[in-house]
Amino acid sequence: MLATIAFYVLAVIAVISAFAVISARNPVHSVLFLILTFFTAAGLFVLLGAEFLAMLLVIVYVGAVAVLFLFVVMMLDVDFVELKQGFLSYMPIGALIAAALLAELGLVASAAVSANGAPIAIAPAENTGITNAEAIGQVLYTDYLLVFQMAGLVLFVAMIGAIVLTLRHRPGVRKQDIAAQVGRKRSEGVELKDIRPGQGLG
Amino acid sequence: MEITLAHYLFVAAALFTIGVFGIFVNRKNVIIILMSIELVLLAVNINLVAFSAYLQNLEGQIFAMLVLTVAAAEAAVGLAILVTYFRNRGNIAVEDINQMRG
Repeated sequence: MLATIAFYVLAVIAVISAFAVISARNPVHSVLFLILTFFTAAGLFVLLGAEFLAMLLVIVYVGAVAVLFLFVVMMLDVDFVELKQGFLSYMPIGALIAAALLAELGLVASAAVSANGAPIAIAPAENTGITNAEAIGQVLYTDYLLVFQMAGLVLFVAMIGAIVLTLRHRPGVRKQDIAAQVGRKRSEGVELKDIRPGQGLG
Repeated sequence: MEITLAHYLFVAAALFTIGVFGIFVNRKNVIIILMSIELVLLAVNINLVAFSAYLQNLEGQIFAMLVLTVAAAEAAVGLAILVTYFRNRGNIAVEDINQMRG
């Protein structure tokens, strides 16, 4: 019973906050609603017995992706009100396609019944003395090892891509050149003068 | 009343639809479009985890993890492109992006 209430609360919050993401006037509010959506989705994952993925969602999305969005939204000096124009002109076609999509997906979802026509109850796996994270690890590091490494490669390439895209060389900026510092010779830095007594530097 | 598989599929369908709708109505704001794509991927993740729980099979959760990875990479690269574009143009209007056509 408690799980049912929790499901409905989380589902309603998720859908409302997802709608707030796309309709908020201020993009900072959009990002904050996105964070709320991810949190509630993590709650749904916990209800489904996928605790590890729920924590991953909070860490990766809320901790990394949403903060990245927040940084970019606050860093870009854009007139967001101007960008909001056209919202109503695109609304009819968007609503039409959204309604069609929702109807189709709803038909598919309502067809999710068992062979005898009864709805399929869904519950987290029985407690077998093994945690969700351990069970995932047993599958991920054996059958899906190659896929796991490919995922790492994807992240690596994305990291390099993001750095290469945002790196810029500005002329006229003095930076520390460690190679030049280390490769400096004594003859370049010190000059010996032969000074005769009583005459000083001339 | 028990929670069924269909309940989760409806939530995911609603989130997916909202994501697609967001792409349509926020045609000018790339940041909101990127957030809408995140919503769509989140809906996919909910579907994968729901079916994983229904089939008592962990492979769905593995796939959800991979979707999470790709979504994070996509957000990073997308926002990097956006920052570069903003630096060059001074705005982020989507209509002008076709000037990047080679």
